Amino acid sequence: MLEIRELEVYYGVIRALKKISLHVEKGEIVTLIGANGAGKTTALRTISGLLRPTSGSILLNGDDITQASPRERVRKGMSHVPEGRRMFPDMSVLENLELGAFLRRDKEAIEEDLMRVYERFPVLYERRKQMAGTLSGGEQQMLAIGRALMSRPEVLLLDEPSMGLAPLLVQEIFNMIRTINESGTTVLLVEQNANMALQIASRAYVLETGSIVLSGEAKELMESEEIKKAYLGGN
Amino acid sequence: MGQFLQQIFNSISIGSIYALIALGYTMVYGIIRLINFAHASVYMLGAYIGYFAMTYFGLGFVPSILLAMLICMIVGVLIEKIAYKPLRNAARIAVLITAIGVSMFIEYGMMFLVKANVRSYPPMSGFLAKSFSVGAMTITAQQILILAVTIILMVVLQIVVKTTRTGKAMRAVSQDREAAELMGIDVNSTISFTFAIGSALAGAAGVLVGVYYNSINPLMGMLPGLKAFVAAVFGGIGLIPGAVLGGYFIGAVEVFVAGYGNSMYRDAVVFAILILVLILKPAGLLGKSGREKV
Repeated sequence: MLEIRELEVYYGVIRALKKISLHVEKGEIVTLIGANGAGKTTALRTISGLLRPTSGSILLNGDDITQASPRERVRKGMSHVPEGRRMFPDMSVLENLELGAFLRRDKEAIEEDLMRVYERFPVLYERRKQMAGTLSGGEQQMLAIGRALMSRPEVLLLDEPSMGLAPLLVQEIFNMIRTINESGTTVLLVEQNANMALQIASRAYVLETGSIVLSGEAKELMESEEIKKAYLGGN
Repeated sequence: MGQFLQQIFNSISIGSIYALIALGYTMVYGIIRLINFAHASVYMLGAYIGYFAMTYFGLGFVPSILLAMLICMIVGVLIEKIAYKPLRNAARIAVLITAIGVSMFIEYGMMFLVKANVRSYPPMSGFLAKSFSVGAMTITAQQILILAVTIILMVVLQIVVKTTRTGKAMRAVSQDREAAELMGIDVNSTISFTFAIGSALAGAAGVLVGVYYNSINPLMGMLPGLKAFVAAVFGGIGLIPGAVLGGYFIGAVEVFVAGYGNSMYRDAVVFAILILVLILKPAGLLGKSGREKV
């Protein structure tokens, strides 16, 4: 469904991604794990079109979208929950959700999806008239995910949904990601919290200073000594 | 008391003009963080378009102001496309200097085209020439017209910004451009739209000033432009209600300083207010400062 081939991205003279390749099949949760500064966010931002690669290509359902604008990618079924949630702080929760459906014209279906988001995140319904900037970190993360779902994405890109959240909330968010996936949305999850990410993912890629150094089934990676030492804090 | 009420009414007229211009400053600032100094020249162009429409084409007030708004809208969009868009990722100071350059280009370009001399709007006739006595006050039909046009434009603006798709896109881009892109919002056309609206309001203000003060010249935008900028900063730059509040406040300050103090100090007081706001509440009266959520 999503295929990245030899993607190379520069920030000025710094080579942030060194020809990485990865693929995500329909219905999967695939995670891209790695330490801070490994290039995970860069990879996701390039996939959603916020950054331009110097070389390589991105394919969505077989279409080459390497040169497409973020807008075209949303239209083609991609939705990106950015690092730091990036709410529209001075708009209500409802307005934020409505903006998630900006490119859609099917009013009734949008209304249905809105109800579905409210069912998933009841707290968003309670706070629908509140300004997004006044929500707590966890609520903002829920809103960010809910907003991304409002475009009815086929593939959801998630950037560090656990960031800055209490462990209990992290668990809740990850459960949510799993149920979203079970209802048919393909997920590419970028995480620093490798432990949590590997538990819900089917496959994983490990990124280190701009290169993919390991990849495989999530279960296998969880058992791998290298991963345990470097990312899971085990011994 | 009569004089006081009279001053209040006078300050509403001048305040309306400042508010209309300040809206353009604040909307453009909100969306691309640029003080668009060329905005005041668009206001001047509006005054000239109204003048030519009335004098040479014999158009009435309503078609003239609509024509001025339309042409200013196009000019505003062109300014953004030609001068600012290529600098979208440049340092802010580069764009600011460009804005000053554009402003001078338009002002002195107009001076070349229509000469520097002051021109007078044709005398108004019919209702617009009337004035009414209310107690000790005299209210002219033109003052009523200014207030009415301003209210109509503000209501329309409010509806556009709050309820339309493009209005929502505008607010989204001004709050977080990148997140707006991720929603599928076309940032470039949203920025163009913002320039279009702001410039149309400036064009309307230009025609209203021509009708009210009767005299226009190619440099007429400089001082009102600066004062409207002060008004936008006073209310909180980037905030639409702030621009309206600031516009009326600056209008009142001017009228009252001139009426009860010394008209020589009028401009000085306005700029002293700018300095005070920048020292005491840099985010403006309605602005929130230092709000960042982790």
